[in-house]
Amino acid sequence: MTMVFQPSPDMPPPASQTGLLHWVRNNLFNSFANGLLTIIGLAILANIIPPLVNWLLIDAIFQGTAETCRQGQGACWAFVDAQIKLFLLGPYPTELAWRPIFSAVLLFGLFIITARHMLKTAHLVVAWLILPLPIYWLIGGGLGLEVVDTSEWGGLMLTLVLAVVGILASLPIGVLLALGRSMQNKVIKGFCICVIELVRGVPLVTILFMATIMLPLFLPTDVEIGILYRVQFGIILFSSAYIAEVVRGGLQGVDKGQGEAAVALGLNRWKTTIFIILPQALKIVIPPLIGRCIALLKDTSLVVVVGLLDFLGIAKAASQDAEWLGFDAEAFVFCAFIYWVLCFSLSRYGRSLEKRGQVGHH
Amino acid sequence: MKKLAVNKSTGKKISGMMIAGLALFATQASAGTLDDVKARGHINCGVSEGVPGFSNPNSDGVWSGLDVDMCRAVSAAIFGESDKIKFVPLASKQKILAVVTGQVDLTSRTTTWTMKRDTKEGVDFTTIVFYDGQGFMTRKDLGVSSAKELDGATVCVTSGTTTELNLADFARANNLNFEPVVFEGKKEAVNAYRSGRCDALTTDNSQLASFRTTMPDPSAHVVLPEVISKEPLSPLVKHGDNQWKDLVTWTINGLITAEELGVTQKNVSNLAEAQRNNPTVQRMLGASGEYGSYIGLENNWMVNAISAVGNYGEIFDRNLGKDSPLNLPRGTNALWQDGGLMYVAPLR
Repeated sequence: MTMVFQPSPDMPPPASQTGLLHWVRNNLFNSFANGLLTIIGLAILANIIPPLVNWLLIDAIFQGTAETCRQGQGACWAFVDAQIKLFLLGPYPTELAWRPIFSAVLLFGLFIITARHMLKTAHLVVAWLILPLPIYWLIGGGLGLEVVDTSEWGGLMLTLVLAVVGILASLPIGVLLALGRSMQNKVIKGFCICVIELVRGVPLVTILFMATIMLPLFLPTDVEIGILYRVQFGIILFSSAYIAEVVRGGLQGVDKGQGEAAVALGLNRWKTTIFIILPQALKIVIPPLIGRCIALLKDTSLVVVVGLLDFLGIAKAASQDAEWLGFDAEAFVFCAFIYWVLCFSLSRYGRSLEKRGQVGHH
Repeated sequence: MKKLAVNKSTGKKISGMMIAGLALFATQASAGTLDDVKARGHINCGVSEGVPGFSNPNSDGVWSGLDVDMCRAVSAAIFGESDKIKFVPLASKQKILAVVTGQVDLTSRTTTWTMKRDTKEGVDFTTIVFYDGQGFMTRKDLGVSSAKELDGATVCVTSGTTTELNLADFARANNLNFEPVVFEGKKEAVNAYRSGRCDALTTDNSQLASFRTTMPDPSAHVVLPEVISKEPLSPLVKHGDNQWKDLVTWTINGLITAEELGVTQKNVSNLAEAQRNNPTVQRMLGASGEYGSYIGLENNWMVNAISAVGNYGEIFDRNLGKDSPLNLPRGTNALWQDGGLMYVAPLR
């Protein structure tokens, strides 16, 4: 009978090295300075969080009129509830609300399909690129649907239209600009550099003002381009220039050998670019691209300076309703929350893309 | 420093000239605004992005307010329906330019009628629809009914503005002793007044009314009748199209005249029958004379306008006055016969 050496089980680590206490000591109180900072931090939090929670939830008024709200101490979510149609759709006709709602279902449906990788990439690209058409048709009407003028678009709907169309249009344009900038042809290269640097050299607000105030001065009076289209054009232009620079970074990050190998295999220039270089370049720049999309979504709130009532603009207008005066804070908190939800889901989607991309890297 | 100032004024001059030049060009290029509007089937009306009681989308997203109702009246006068309008929300910087460039047919957006705007910036003003100006709000329990009784009171005011100067001038002219409590911004001034740091708050009357409703108990505060500065608000149209300017002017004049004559939204449809011997009513409602045709419209233009939005008094009460949450007193905006400033040229 052979004896097998049976080590006796390990002793548990001493109590001072495990558990919550150890973690706290190691991370929060591992030196005098850190201990002090921890205490100051906790004191600040203790002063901020309880009143905030009180205002946001505990004392908040969820139902009632402006009168009940003014008597109370907390946030007036009844105000958001009463104005919810305005927040979401702006001055859009209430009886036609199903149209933007259906568009939203399309948009989020496609977003979920994309996020869960339920369709082939090629199909997804096509689906996203044609998505603006049904959305514009549903919201704007025409072809059998009652026409709703763009001056009646507003609220969250307008923000999403500007952002989604902006992102979808500026991605391909940005990629083209980036490719153009990395070409040998001096004319194309020069043109792309000019566009990119000119647009990147001015703030978005300037472009919006140019599009809304200066442009009509130069157009004949009978040429009427809706302000929404002009603003949308400005946003696409602005975003394209930034995306071009992001993509150019990616192009430079792709190993030179990849292109040379493709050429050696007999692929022509275009096939090399589309099937070898671009996919790798885009994979590298997913984080900054998602960053640009998030920035664009938030930048659309600048259209408020040219009088478009986007989500933020309508939040301001809603808090100026004579019946519900004085609830600006609630309007802005609600606004911030929705923006956060949108941006955070975009950012999570970006993370999932990055993870998927890591499989078979190089 | 001086050089900088010169440059700035030259810059302004150039841009002013540019706008005026373009306005001239634009006027020559288009046919009359009324023809354009009729061909288009709707008017483009510039409004604010949200000023309580003047123009704001309500919770259904329908534009409402005093400024909005002026546009609705014009729409009704032209088309017989008050909703042939495209509302264009304008940021403050755009309100003049949008008219000059023809982006909107008229701007009805709490705009003060000033000489510079009227003469240099390529627009024409129509009729004053609201006499705004600096006023005072105070707590009811002080028992004060006039700003002249505020001697010795502490007054919350924003710093470095004309508001502060006006307050000092008013005090000197009336031999009063105010103790101004000066704040950087309006919000701070309102909060200070709310917490009881001052007896009175002074800023433009229309704003006082909306600040009042944000008080914990609005009925405990009162806006005093005195107005100590001039901010006459008027809708504006492009300079040089006199027919269109006449149309807007006389539609609004008609609304004010309607209040003088007791023509209301309710009785307008049968008043022409009832008051056969009142020539002014007969003229205004198109039963005699052809006054509508003078401005290129049907003779029942005022019937349409009044049945759409009511007379001036009804518009005021609904949006700013006693039937609205703002509950602003008529004050200077009462008819001349009631001691106010609302006085328009006669409709004959």
